[in-house]
Amino acid sequence: MAAVLVALALPLRAAPDSLPAALEPLAATQIASGVFVHTPPVAEWAPENGGDVANLGFIVGSRCVAVIDSGGSLDGGRRWKAAIERVTRVPICYLINTHVHPDHLMGNAAFRSSAAAGGPEILAHAKLASSLGARERYIVQALQRDFKLPAAEQTIVYPTRGIEGSVDLDLGGRTITLTAWATAHTDNDLTVLDRSTRTLFLGDLLFAGHIPVLDGKLRGWLTAMDDLRRQDVAIAVPGHGPTSGNWPQALDAQRRYLDALLTETKAAIAAGATIQQAVDKVGTEAAKPWALADLFHKRNVTTAYAELEWE
Amino acid sequence: MTRLHRRTVLLTLAGAAVVTAHPALAQLKTGDNPDASPVWQKVRASLFGDKPITSPADDLIELEAPLRAEDAAIVPVAIRTRYPQKADRYVEKVWLVIDNNPSPISAVFNFTPASGRADVETRVRVDEYTHMRAIAQTNDGKLYMTTRFVKASGGCSAPPGKDQASALATLGKMRFKVEGEVKANQPALAQLMISHPNNSGLAMDQLTRQFTPAHFVRRVNVSYGGQPVISADLDFSISENPNLRFYFTANGKADGELKVDVVDSNDLKFETSLKLASPA
Repeated sequence: MAAVLVALALPLRAAPDSLPAALEPLAATQIASGVFVHTPPVAEWAPENGGDVANLGFIVGSRCVAVIDSGGSLDGGRRWKAAIERVTRVPICYLINTHVHPDHLMGNAAFRSSAAAGGPEILAHAKLASSLGARERYIVQALQRDFKLPAAEQTIVYPTRGIEGSVDLDLGGRTITLTAWATAHTDNDLTVLDRSTRTLFLGDLLFAGHIPVLDGKLRGWLTAMDDLRRQDVAIAVPGHGPTSGNWPQALDAQRRYLDALLTETKAAIAAGATIQQAVDKVGTEAAKPWALADLFHKRNVTTAYAELEWE
Repeated sequence: MTRLHRRTVLLTLAGAAVVTAHPALAQLKTGDNPDASPVWQKVRASLFGDKPITSPADDLIELEAPLRAEDAAIVPVAIRTRYPQKADRYVEKVWLVIDNNPSPISAVFNFTPASGRADVETRVRVDEYTHMRAIAQTNDGKLYMTTRFVKASGGCSAPPGKDQASALATLGKMRFKVEGEVKANQPALAQLMISHPNNSGLAMDQLTRQFTPAHFVRRVNVSYGGQPVISADLDFSISENPNLRFYFTANGKADGELKVDVVDSNDLKFETSLKLASPA
């Protein structure tokens, strides 16, 4: 860790000439030795915040840096890369995408720009590329319609390596473990565990404050949470909202919400409610404590209903 | 005549698909002025020519759809008509058009007096912000339209079931039920669930760079006691696991069998039926 500490003590370097003058590095906080996070306020992926809404992380070894998620826009990715370079000169060997949603991976292109100089391997769940392919057109549409970004900033960069099961990466003096999960929040969720500090990056398998968003399978998500609960974790980094040193209690709020979604949706189906009737009444109490419930709760009921009506 | 007309509809379905093979140049942000939609003008010309359409006609036909769809792959829509199905005066056909979907003519429902009500509920995919419209044709040939604006995107190429691997395992399995008690000569509500990935042909497997071939339910026929009560020509805008809620009228003389025949785009055929106690 000496290298990191030395780097931290260095005065800020001026941004390289190739970057826009206004490039302000994203805020990064060290939460454990050599483990940094960016935790923006809970908000919708939107032009007003430049798409900067997802938690990001990086882990510094003696030989390699691993970056966990790249941010919600090309500009966000550049600012994230600048934040990392401000902390350390150790090269970025790996960029890890925790799942397919654009608020977590639209910054990929900023990291690929150094590919000619030996840019990072981009790792993700083996199913991410397929899912991203299906969504690419709509992500680009949103960037045009809502973000009004020029074509050059709409580049979607795919992973260079798909992960199945678990893979260990040696960063030099520390090892991180990538685990690909069965369908839960999406069909391509990946977690990153830093073994030396027991810091677990959960991607959107865990939401804090921000209402959980179901874009996979509710049953699968609950099963994944059962498995996660048994893991030995010192610090949990959710995909959105504050980090927590309280494990497994950090899972409890999300568990309550998803359990209510399951129970009430099943009850509505059993009572003969249509999908629209279920959407209008299921889980309104359970959704209340969460930020952005008005944006995502009804969608969750829709998805849960379509999954559960065949049981 | 019926046969000829049906053929015309299918040709039109294919023709309209070509119309929007290219992405819309200007994306809609609001629902202003649905009549100006260029896709609609083409669809209108191909389906109805110069025939007048009463619009809005919300006192005759109602379309329920969320303004902001919660899940673009599963957008619940309900079409309700306020026109009692009598032997000599009834709604015979309803088109569901989603302007900015790759194949805008999403469903054509055929009703009869035995439908009881020319109402239907289903779930659709919405590809981008769009006008959605239901056009009813009464048996005197008149046309009535209602429109809604729906904000959603990504529905048509979303992988089935959020989980591409498991969708094909239960292909063609159906669940069919009637809600409540069936009374003679009163509309009764039925729900049909068809397990089918309803692949749009637009979802690409990024690893193989191949599109999953289109494979969707294209025709549903429902009869009661041998008499047709509703039929539907469907397109891939209908969500995975097509779900239809519709009415039928139990005729006291009938044998009480409510029968469903389904044909998909690969000409696979599925059928199911319910034996109902003869209504009093």
